[in-house]
Amino acid sequence: MNIFRKLLDSVKPNFEKGGKLEKFYPAYDAFETFLFVPGHTANTGAHIRDAIDLKRTMITVVIAMIPALLFGIWNTGYQHFLALGQPDTAFMDMIAFGAMKVLPIVIVSYAVGLGVEFVFGIINGHSINEGFLVTGMLIPLCLPVGIPLWMVAVATLFAVVIGKEVFGGTGMNILNVALTARAFLFFAYPTLMSGDKVWIDTTTAAGETLADGYTGATLLAQSTESATNYVNAAGVQFTDVFSAAFMGTIPGSIGETSVLAILIGAAILIYTGIGSWRIMLSGVIGGLVMSLIFNAFAVNPFMEVPAINQLVFGGFAFGIVFMATDPVTAAQTTRGKWIYGFLIGIFAIMIRVFNPAYPEGVMLAILFMNVMAPLIDHYVIRGNVSKRLKRVKVAA
Amino acid sequence: MYKSFTKKLAYSLVIIKFAPDLYIETITMSREIKIKRGKDIKLVGSAEKIHANGLRSETVALKPSDFIGIRPKMLVKEGDVVKAGTPIFFDKNNEEVKFVSPVSGKIAEIKRGAKRVILEVIITADSEIAYEKYEVGTSLSSDKVKELMLSSGLWPMVRQRPFDVIANPKEAPKAIFISAFDSSPLAPDYDFILHGQSAAFQAGIDAIAKLTTGKVHLNINGATRADEAFTAAKGVQLNKFVGPHPVGNVGVQIHQLEPLSKGETIWFVNPQDVVTIGKFFISGQYDASRIVALAGSEVTNAKYYRTVIGASAKSIFTNNVKEGSNRYISGNVLTGTRIEMDGYLGFYDHQFTVIPENHEPELFGWIMPNFGKWSNSRALFSWLMPNKEYKLDSKMNGEERAFVVTGQYEEVFPFDIYPQQLIKSIMIDDIEAMEELGIYEVAPEDFALCEVVCTSKLPLQSTVRKGLEKLRIESL
Repeated sequence: MNIFRKLLDSVKPNFEKGGKLEKFYPAYDAFETFLFVPGHTANTGAHIRDAIDLKRTMITVVIAMIPALLFGIWNTGYQHFLALGQPDTAFMDMIAFGAMKVLPIVIVSYAVGLGVEFVFGIINGHSINEGFLVTGMLIPLCLPVGIPLWMVAVATLFAVVIGKEVFGGTGMNILNVALTARAFLFFAYPTLMSGDKVWIDTTTAAGETLADGYTGATLLAQSTESATNYVNAAGVQFTDVFSAAFMGTIPGSIGETSVLAILIGAAILIYTGIGSWRIMLSGVIGGLVMSLIFNAFAVNPFMEVPAINQLVFGGFAFGIVFMATDPVTAAQTTRGKWIYGFLIGIFAIMIRVFNPAYPEGVMLAILFMNVMAPLIDHYVIRGNVSKRLKRVKVAA
Repeated sequence: MYKSFTKKLAYSLVIIKFAPDLYIETITMSREIKIKRGKDIKLVGSAEKIHANGLRSETVALKPSDFIGIRPKMLVKEGDVVKAGTPIFFDKNNEEVKFVSPVSGKIAEIKRGAKRVILEVIITADSEIAYEKYEVGTSLSSDKVKELMLSSGLWPMVRQRPFDVIANPKEAPKAIFISAFDSSPLAPDYDFILHGQSAAFQAGIDAIAKLTTGKVHLNINGATRADEAFTAAKGVQLNKFVGPHPVGNVGVQIHQLEPLSKGETIWFVNPQDVVTIGKFFISGQYDASRIVALAGSEVTNAKYYRTVIGASAKSIFTNNVKEGSNRYISGNVLTGTRIEMDGYLGFYDHQFTVIPENHEPELFGWIMPNFGKWSNSRALFSWLMPNKEYKLDSKMNGEERAFVVTGQYEEVFPFDIYPQQLIKSIMIDDIEAMEELGIYEVAPEDFALCEVVCTSKLPLQSTVRKGLEKLRIESL
C-alpha cells in the first residue's frame, strides 16, 4: 500500500494547480481513485454514507459478465475445432485458441474506450467516470469472433463519442453505448456482422480458411428455414436444440450463446440489486407472449419456433440481462420499468420473426425502447402528478 | 388494507349491536399506519436510559443559522444583562417572531462572519437563572396564546410544512402534528425524556390546540409502548406508526394522514418543545431546560443529560467522549449539524452525536469486501447481518457522480413522490415541475436516507433546501 501511496504522492505535485501537468489532473485522479477510495468525508448533509459507490456498482456488473466471457472463450475454441473436424481437441487447447481470439477484442475495446474517456475528461476537466468499465466488456461480448480488430476500435470510438460523450458522459446518454457500437457495425459492415461466415473462426493451422463442408449459421438463422432441423458446425443434427442453446455450444456472438452463463450473471445482478429484476422478468414475459402469439398463427417455420426456444436463441437473454437493464438508458420509474422490459421482449421477437434480415431483433428492440423510455417515464410521472392535482381540486 | 377494513367494519357492527357503550371507544381507538419503505441503520453507541448531569453550561449560544430564512436584527449588544426569556434578536421578515435568551446572564459576544452576518450570540449564564415573567391566565383565547408565544420566544418551536421553516403566524394551519418518536439512528427516546412530564405536556397540547381549527395529531411509535404522557394526552388524535426510519419524520406522517397540497399549511412541534411550551403556560416563564441524548461510537458515557437549549457542547462532552479525531454533531448522523468540540446545541436538536472522523484512503476500497461497512445494497455484505450495530465514520466512500442508478431512493423514501425526478427538477430550477412533483410535502430530512444510500454521492438534502427556499421566496 505504501509503495502506491509514495508513488502517487511523488507525482501528485505535477498534476496539481500550478504544476506542469495541471491539465492532466483528471487522468491522475482516475489512477489515484482507482488505487485508493479517497478519504474525503461528508461535508454537507448526512454524516454517514453507504459504502457503495459507482466503481463498485460497475465492477459488480463486470463480475456478472465474467461467466459469459469465460464461456465465450471456450466456445470460440470449441466451435473452431468442431468446424475443423477435431471435436476431441483438449479442453486447454480450446481455451487457448479462444483466448487468443477473444482477449485482443476485449483489450482493443477497453483501450479505445478508456482512451476516449481520458481525452474527454482532460478536455472538459471532469473526473473520469466508471461507466466504460461495463461498456468495455459488453462490446466484445456482443460481437462475432471473426470481427477485425480495427472495426472493434472504430465502433468503440463511434459509440463512446457519439453515443455518450456528446451528451455529457456517463449518466447522460440516451442509447446504450455498447449497443450503439454493435448497431454501428451492423449497419456499416453488414456482411461482417451477419451471415454464415463470421461466427466461427475457421482458419486452419496452416493459415488457410476452411472452404466449405461446415455450417456457421446461428440457430436463429437456421430457424428461418425450419423450426426443427438444426445442425452444428460439424453438420451434425442437434438432438436437443434447446439444451444446446441453453448451454451455449452453438455459434454466435462471443458472450451471447450460453444462456446458463448469462443466468449466472443475472443471478449476481438481481441478488446484488444492481440489475433490475423487473426489467428482466417483464422482458422474458414480453418475449414469451409474443412468441406464443406467433406460435398460435405459425404461417412460416420461424413462427413455429417454440416460445421457449426463442428465449434461448440469439442475443435475447444477453440483451435482456445486461443491456436492457442499463439504468441510464432504461425507464427510471418502477412502473416504467415493467412496461419498458415487456415491450423490449415483444419487439425483440417481433423484429426477429417479421424481418429475417435483422435476426438480432433484441438489439434493435432495446435501442428503440431506449429512445422510448423517457416517454414511458413521462406518462408514469404524469399519472402521479395528476393524482396530486386531483387532491387540490377535491380540497378546493 | 381492504381486508382489514372489512374486518374492522364487521367488528364495529357487532359491537354496536351488542355493546353500544364500547362502540365509542372502538371508533376513537388509535389508527395504526404501517410504513414499508425505509431503513433503520443500526449504529454503535445508543444512549442508555439513565439521566445524568453534565457540567453546568457556562455559556450558551443562540445561532441564527438554526432558523432557515430569517433576517436577524439584534435587540441587545455585547455586555447587556439579560434574563431567561429576554428577546435577543427578531426576524426582520416577520417582526413579531422574537428569539430569546434561554438563560439569564450577560451577552458575552456577538460573533459575526462575512458581510457581518450574525453567526452566534454567546451568553454567559448565571448559576441561578432569573426569568422574565409573563401573565398567563387560564382559558386563553387563540389570539392570546399566539401573542404570548410570539413575545416569549416560544414561537420558533412551531414550524411549518411546506418549506420546513418557522411557522408563519399569519397563516391558519389545517392541522398540527407532533411526532412523539424519532426513528433516526441513535435518536433520543421521547418516551423516556417525557416520562413524568405529563402535566406540562398536556398544558402544551392545550395551548397548541388553540392555534388550529383542525386536528392535533399525536403520532406514537406502534412498535413500542409509548409513555403515559402521550397515551393519556387529551385533545389530540393519537395515531400509531410502525415501520423503519423515516417513519418518525413528521413529513412521512403528514403524507399519510393529511397530505399537503399547494396553498395548505401544517404546523409541527417537537414533543420536548411541547413540554417547554406547557411549562410556560403553567408558570409564565420561559424555562429552556432540555434533556439531550449523548450518543455515538466515540462516546464513553452515552446517556441522557439535563441541560438547556443552546448549551455548550463542552459541558456535555467533557469526560464523556473518547480522545482522537472525532466528528461532533449537534443532532443525529443523518440531519445534524457539524460542530466543533467547543460548539453549541442547536435550537431544534435534542441530541449530540460523536462518530469517528477518518481521512484514510483505502487501497482498492471499491472491490474489497469491506465487512465492517454498512450498505443498503447487497453489493456489500452488511445485509447478511441485519442486527449488527455498525461503527461508521464520516467518510463519503466514493466520489460524486452523475445520476446512474435508479430505483435506489424509492427503497428508502416512503412517499408517493418520485424522489429522483424531484431532485432533478430542483437541479434545473424548474419551479413548475417541483410543484407538480410534490416538493411542498417534503423537507431535507425526508431525503436524508436517500442521500446516505446514493451511489452517486449527490448532496440531496442541500438540494431540497435550495428548492424549498426558492419556492418560499417566490411565495412571499
